[in-house]
Amino acid sequence: MSFRIASSPHNHSQQHTCVLMQKVILACLPGIACQVYFFGYGVLLQLVLAILTAWASEALVLRLRQKPVLPRLKDHSAMLTAVLLAVSIPAFAPWWVIVLGTAFAIIIVKQLYGGLGHNLFNPAMAAYVFLLVSFPQQMTSWLPPLTLQAQQQQWLDPVCAVFTDFSCAGYSLTQLKTDIDGMTMATPLDTIKTDLSTGKTLTESLQQPVFDSFGGLGWNYINLAFLLGGLWLWQQKVIQWRIPVAVLGTLGLCSLLGYLIDPDLHASPLFHLLSGGTMLAAFFIATDPVSASTTLRGRLYYGALIGLLIYLIRSFGGFPDAVAFAVMLANLAVPLIDYYSRPRTYGHKPKGSF
Amino acid sequence: MSDYRNIVRQGLWQNNPGLVQLLGLCPLLATSSTMTNSLGLGFATMLVLVSTNLMVSLIRSQVPNEIRIPIFVMVIAAVVTAIEQLMQAYTYQLSQSLGIFIPLIVTNCIVIGRAEAFASKNPLLPSIVDGLMMGLGFTLVLFLLGTCRELLGQGTLFDGAEALFGAWATVLRVEVFHTESHFLLAILPPGAFMVLGFLIAAKNAIDARQKTSQVQTASITRARVTHVASSENSAG
Repeated sequence: MSFRIASSPHNHSQQHTCVLMQKVILACLPGIACQVYFFGYGVLLQLVLAILTAWASEALVLRLRQKPVLPRLKDHSAMLTAVLLAVSIPAFAPWWVIVLGTAFAIIIVKQLYGGLGHNLFNPAMAAYVFLLVSFPQQMTSWLPPLTLQAQQQQWLDPVCAVFTDFSCAGYSLTQLKTDIDGMTMATPLDTIKTDLSTGKTLTESLQQPVFDSFGGLGWNYINLAFLLGGLWLWQQKVIQWRIPVAVLGTLGLCSLLGYLIDPDLHASPLFHLLSGGTMLAAFFIATDPVSASTTLRGRLYYGALIGLLIYLIRSFGGFPDAVAFAVMLANLAVPLIDYYSRPRTYGHKPKGSF
Repeated sequence: MSDYRNIVRQGLWQNNPGLVQLLGLCPLLATSSTMTNSLGLGFATMLVLVSTNLMVSLIRSQVPNEIRIPIFVMVIAAVVTAIEQLMQAYTYQLSQSLGIFIPLIVTNCIVIGRAEAFASKNPLLPSIVDGLMMGLGFTLVLFLLGTCRELLGQGTLFDGAEALFGAWATVLRVEVFHTESHFLLAILPPGAFMVLGFLIAAKNAIDARQKTSQVQTASITRARVTHVASSENSAG
């Protein structure tokens, strides 16, 4: 009788890449639905554009690299990158922003590094940083929630805005951002940052119409929806608890410290956890199996680093939200984290004990 | 004659300072945001290379081997200082926009590298040709990089060329396309890294293509198969 000799790992997960990616995309749906409810269906347009661009650029590069095209497209990894980028950028951003960004994510960040499984950076977040650095004006054109917009959003307005930079009635994005009193409205995080820098206290800032009883209006429900999707992913064993818990725990702890020291100058932990892209980052972006740390302990450090960076950049940095920068910087630290958090090999003694 | 041809090929292609040796990356990446800036720095570097190679080659038999590096550095520093003064006199605007990178040519590894590796061991004329070709290779890469970045970033060619060539050069400016939002990444340092990466990749691709065609022809003529690896190494 002969025994088959195979090298480790001996215990295989039965889930295929394709199924995992499908589940992650499915888990995004509640968050996307919330975005549509609060901000209009512009995000769906961005999604369509992003997915088409992702497929086209993936097919192009695979053809150039003489790899099979269809099997790679069917693993849905390009689609996931497209979805994550599309939900991160403003719904009314011009069409070329999302097209350029997705093409950059797939061609340069993913395929030039060797394709799925070889990319150093999270493609969606690298593309977000690329867009934010290149086109700051278009990338910060977030509209306030539908209920606050002075110009009633018409049925075709998202289409007009995405393809012509103006709403169907001819209003520019700046005009659309303006409320009845002629004040430009920004995102909740941006509002707090600007108000605090002009000497207002947090309590005064929270009187602005873009805030709800808890967190920013609309954004809090979007984040709760992404939290729901993330919990489902965890329940489905697509992601492990370590990275999300480390991200949210560190961000919560840091903001709690700031809040306890001076509640008039630092937003509450609840606000930080339910603003911007916090939940999206914690459950969908930081848990990317390729660019995240691979060791169990390393994942805790990696998540904690992201949480800390998000808090530091939001509170003291130049940008209102920091998810993309935090994830990219943490991606850079991953090789080091992996090196120093290598698990003890079975039968070997831990380092330092003789 | 084939010697000179070899020097030319080394400087422009095979051993190009920008694409192969990857020397002088700091000015290469920092000053290549426009065509004018990159040409200005390229010419300055070329001038420095020719002059230092000339001087080092002249004094090569007098210089004691133990202290040759400090002497080369002093020669280079003197030449760079002179060129910096010249640029301030004749192209003041350009020297303002290049700023610290003109004095920094002193520390450019290409200059000391050619002095040490070539000019200190070769007679006058080959050294001058080597300096010229290395400088030209560097300038070409800078120019290509500057062209790509200016085109991507602002949609123009030769913007501000009058700072280098004088007032008539304003006619050189071409607006290829007009954008309201500049593509900032191409103008910022990350864009320089990316474009340089693509240039190096293109060069490697061309080399690889040439190599495969050479190997195909060589395999027909070669009859002996022992010591293939070592003989190929010595040939390369």
